[in-house]
Amino acid sequence: MNLSPSLRTAFVTLLSILTLAGCGSSDDKSVTLLNVSYDPTRELYRDFNEDFARQWQQQTGQRVTIKQSHSGSGSQARAVIDGLDADVVTLALAYDINSIQEKGKRLGANWQTRFPNNSAPYTSTIVFLVRKGNPKQIRDWPDLVREGVSVVTPNPKTSGGARWNYLAAWGYELHRQLGDWSKLDDPANAAQVEEAQASAERFVGEIYRHTPVLDSGARGATNTFVQREIGDVLIAWENEALLALKELGPDKVEIVIPSITILAEPPVAVVDTVVDRRGTRQIAEAYLQHLYSDAGQELAAKHYFRPRKPEILAKYGELFPTLPTFTIDEVFGGWSAAHAKHFADGGVFDRIYQAGAQ
Amino acid sequence: MSSFRQPSILPGFGLTLGFSVFFLCALVLIPLAALVMKTATMGWDDFLNVLFDPRVLASFRLSFGASLLAATLNGIFGFVIAWTLVRYDFPGRKLIDALIDMPFALPTAVSGIALTAVFAENGWIGEHLAPFGIKVAYTWIGVVVALTLIGLPFVVRSIQPALVEVQRDLEDAAETLGAGRFTIFRRIILPTVTPALLTGFTMAFARGVGEYGSVIFIAGNLPMKTEIAPLLIVIKLEQFDYVGAAAIGFLMLVISFVMLLSINLLQTWGRRRHVAAGR
Repeated sequence: MNLSPSLRTAFVTLLSILTLAGCGSSDDKSVTLLNVSYDPTRELYRDFNEDFARQWQQQTGQRVTIKQSHSGSGSQARAVIDGLDADVVTLALAYDINSIQEKGKRLGANWQTRFPNNSAPYTSTIVFLVRKGNPKQIRDWPDLVREGVSVVTPNPKTSGGARWNYLAAWGYELHRQLGDWSKLDDPANAAQVEEAQASAERFVGEIYRHTPVLDSGARGATNTFVQREIGDVLIAWENEALLALKELGPDKVEIVIPSITILAEPPVAVVDTVVDRRGTRQIAEAYLQHLYSDAGQELAAKHYFRPRKPEILAKYGELFPTLPTFTIDEVFGGWSAAHAKHFADGGVFDRIYQAGAQ
Repeated sequence: MSSFRQPSILPGFGLTLGFSVFFLCALVLIPLAALVMKTATMGWDDFLNVLFDPRVLASFRLSFGASLLAATLNGIFGFVIAWTLVRYDFPGRKLIDALIDMPFALPTAVSGIALTAVFAENGWIGEHLAPFGIKVAYTWIGVVVALTLIGLPFVVRSIQPALVEVQRDLEDAAETLGAGRFTIFRRIILPTVTPALLTGFTMAFARGVGEYGSVIFIAGNLPMKTEIAPLLIVIKLEQFDYVGAAAIGFLMLVISFVMLLSINLLQTWGRRRHVAAGR
């Protein structure tokens, strides 16, 4: 190469700056982690990151900075698939992490078994938020489809929370028809199960006919219900409902617990390809493990997520009443099956709207 | 080709043309080519399925229909506003003039949230419309309102310079020859302003078709009813259906292109006719 001396000097300077910068980031004294999460966990992880950073520095002497990214769960998964360098993902539903695994090949297929409790360190459920005094007397799922009741829930095509809402309603009607989950797996009851599934489709369709707005995310739906005063009832994450109750005060809204609901398990995972390249596997795993510690579980409970540890859940019992729940695995055969049947293009959700338009 | 060989009076033709071509390729042509190529990976059957999906068709009707309506409204009221600003001098004129640009500068999400707050049933304007059974927010009317706000500056800013250009002595001459006000408007002002009006209309329309940020807040986003085509693209992407999203994008591109081209042709034809009539 024939470079002029001044250009060569500039080149060498640039190279040395880059090398120095490279050293800086792999320095043992400090490390950064990127946690890509979904909307309602913003407040939780702000506190949790602080706690983890303090504990990590005490243990290892290393300083850690954790960066946060929040948006709809589905679009976050897409960002990671398209190359966002997340060390860990903490999303709204397992389907989104499955997609990162299947479409992005960025983590192992066994990701959900790597941490306890299906890799979901905290849980939530789906409850109703109604206006003060519950003027429309909404007590349980069937009240949502009563004449004159208007329901707010986000779009299940774009919102993870909305999918939980949808499946919770479906499960309620299925359970009402069958009375017992065990019938689902018993071939002898095939006809009855089919009947119940059809009934559930009608019931869920009826709920969406009572829905005047489909926001793209859970937070947007909360705002529509609270700020715009649209609708008589908001189907929401329990954590989102409790947060709204705290922010707005009990003189504005009330929480109604339905007779049965779904157990929502927002999972966490380490993104293998990223941590191996950046050399952050150890700290990324410790970060997620810390969610299961007493301190992590306390913070989850403080931010209205149900902790897994029974003793901490009991401590916050007033916040989290016990109620009958079902899981997506036992009723819908897991997220992949549920997604293919209900939310994929041409699935049940599309059918509901196409039937409604004719 | 002769224009290539003709030496231009201005120097730097090669440099500026090279720059223009490079810029257009990097920012417009290559991304569009990628869109077309992504769509091409899908078979004819799948493509037709997307094309005739009732939900896609409904969203196209809404996106293009609302944009046309909004651009038409802007054509009428934008003209009035531009007329007021150019022809009259009054206190606060500069302020109003500056306000016109606000939709340009405002993040679209802010416009959308603000409009929703005002037009929702508990909003300042919405609560007065509700007793008449008129719902704006969360209906197609809301979509038109949002697109009208977004498109307004395009129309006003296109018409203003054209209106300034209208020769006042021509109007005076017409008046001395006995032309009424309407005739002056129709025969003198309108022909001068029409090309600019059409340009503004086209830009407002094109902007409306692509608008996403403000509309999703006010639309309600119900499939088949108030779902715009760009939202459908986002929904497809959320489901990792990149090809389906590209197909809808491609269709929008084709429809927009055809519409813009016909407006342009209309403009050329109008100009020719105007020149011929003037002779």
